[in-house]
Amino acid sequence: MKNDNSYEAVINRKNEIMKAAVGIDYDKYEIDNISFDYERLMKDTGYDLEQIKTIQYSHGVGQTPLKELPNITALARKVAPIGNGARIFIKDEAQNDSGSFKARRASIACFHAKKLGFKGVIAATSGNYGAAVASQAAKYGLKCIVVQECYDSQGIGQPEIIEKARACEAYGAEVMQLSVGPELFYTFLTLLESTGYFNASLYTPFGVSGIESLGSELIEDCLAMTGKLPAAVVITNAGGGNLTGTARGIKKLTNQKINIIGASVNLKGLHMASDHDFNRKSFTTGHTGFGMPFMTNPDRSDVPRSAARPLRYIDRYVTVNQGEVFFITETLVALEGIERGPAGNVALAAAFSLAQEMKDDEIIIVQETEYTSAGKHHQAQLAFARSNGIDIYFGNPNEEVAGKSIILPSRIGLIKAVDLDLVKIKQSAIKNHVKNWQKLTANDFAFLIAETNSTPDFVRQTLREQNVGWEE
Amino acid sequence: MILKNSWVQIHKILLLPEERTGSLPPDTKKVPFEMWDKGFLMNDAKMGDVVKIITITGRIIEGTLIAVNPSYMHNYGTFIPEILEIDKMVKTSLFGGDDQ
Repeated sequence: MKNDNSYEAVINRKNEIMKAAVGIDYDKYEIDNISFDYERLMKDTGYDLEQIKTIQYSHGVGQTPLKELPNITALARKVAPIGNGARIFIKDEAQNDSGSFKARRASIACFHAKKLGFKGVIAATSGNYGAAVASQAAKYGLKCIVVQECYDSQGIGQPEIIEKARACEAYGAEVMQLSVGPELFYTFLTLLESTGYFNASLYTPFGVSGIESLGSELIEDCLAMTGKLPAAVVITNAGGGNLTGTARGIKKLTNQKINIIGASVNLKGLHMASDHDFNRKSFTTGHTGFGMPFMTNPDRSDVPRSAARPLRYIDRYVTVNQGEVFFITETLVALEGIERGPAGNVALAAAFSLAQEMKDDEIIIVQETEYTSAGKHHQAQLAFARSNGIDIYFGNPNEEVAGKSIILPSRIGLIKAVDLDLVKIKQSAIKNHVKNWQKLTANDFAFLIAETNSTPDFVRQTLREQNVGWEE
Repeated sequence: MILKNSWVQIHKILLLPEERTGSLPPDTKKVPFEMWDKGFLMNDAKMGDVVKIITITGRIIEGTLIAVNPSYMHNYGTFIPEILEIDKMVKTSLFGGDDQ
């Protein structure tokens, strides 16, 4: 019998399609009204750290160098209070096969797909993850389809995404390119169903546990190089998997408190599903347009329960503006002789500011870099922005208006990471969890505490404000 | 005439504006939802014909033929002189300028 492929019919089959395409029965992990057993999901379906490292190290992934940035540190100290200016290090993830940390996620997804006997893998991504999946699929002889949101209604493609399409095709993948819109998900579902391929989602336990090796390596590297632990690790945040996996990996190595800081590019005011806004942003990921909704509602992803749950781990969440990231990307070239892609330097821009709040004997680690090339370079991105009428000039970056201006700092001291209110974000996450419920069980209550890494009092107070009852 | 087995790109409208979902901003709702893909042409055809192709993964799909041997033309864009200003600012700050 032929399936009904109308929009509604396909969306209604979402759960059965996903169950077949990721090989996980998510229902097994549901507990009560809103709760599910996150740790059991990760344990049953993920891989332990040693297995992850074994899989990755034999497939061109991991063991990337941790590099100190002495000149960028010295520059930060020029504008920091006396005695401040933590040593800044980067984990040079661009050296993974396919050029980004995303190879860590793809390696476990592809290994698992092969183990389960799938013939191919599909990923919906306009970012580095596509190249990562295509590269890993090539190693396992798996077919690969990458679905990209790429063009606006004028047929103008975002240069960074076009480069990613090239990379995916170079690694042997089929790239299906789409115009702007959330219907991508519908197309993605029809592809999963018609091909029977594995959904190499960023949000499965495989996609997230693959990053645990990054968290673990950066602790090992830092201890080997400096004899001490970092005080903070800064992680570019979009869908939350990078932060979740890195933090979980760190916690597997040490019980010491290390500040987990998320950083996103501030794209406030731009609508992520807008055809007009699509080519007026210079970052296709690592921005607040993904960071905020995924943090307050992680299960909006393409699987029933996302393994990326950043609120469980994050200690602080900051934003930087586009102009600051481009500035620091060029500074990395000019002062350290390291040319990398701008999207991978979001956390570096934040770390440059955060280091100035920290003592000069402390260490702050930026846990990624990404490859750069035509399209995927700050020069290309700035040129594209200028051609789209975005005003680029030197001034105070905090006056930047996403979609209208890119303000490069006119003084080094103007690079400032801006804190987002995590209390409000946690309240918002709780509201999203309980919006269809009047009464919660004791399990649900405990789940909300874990989900928001908060206290019973905090959850009680928020539930009272929402007029939701609960048991303890 | 474009010969069978040529490597080509096709375009297809997947959803007309009126078929798109409700939760869209007005500008996106006004335009169709479109798709581009590449593959080997299954029959001789002319540019603009509706054709069938076999993609690199072996899927057979249909759409309007828009390019033969589609090329990657993305680049580094027109030069942005502000980048030189950044270099000057950070190098002068750290190492001192020639005139200092």
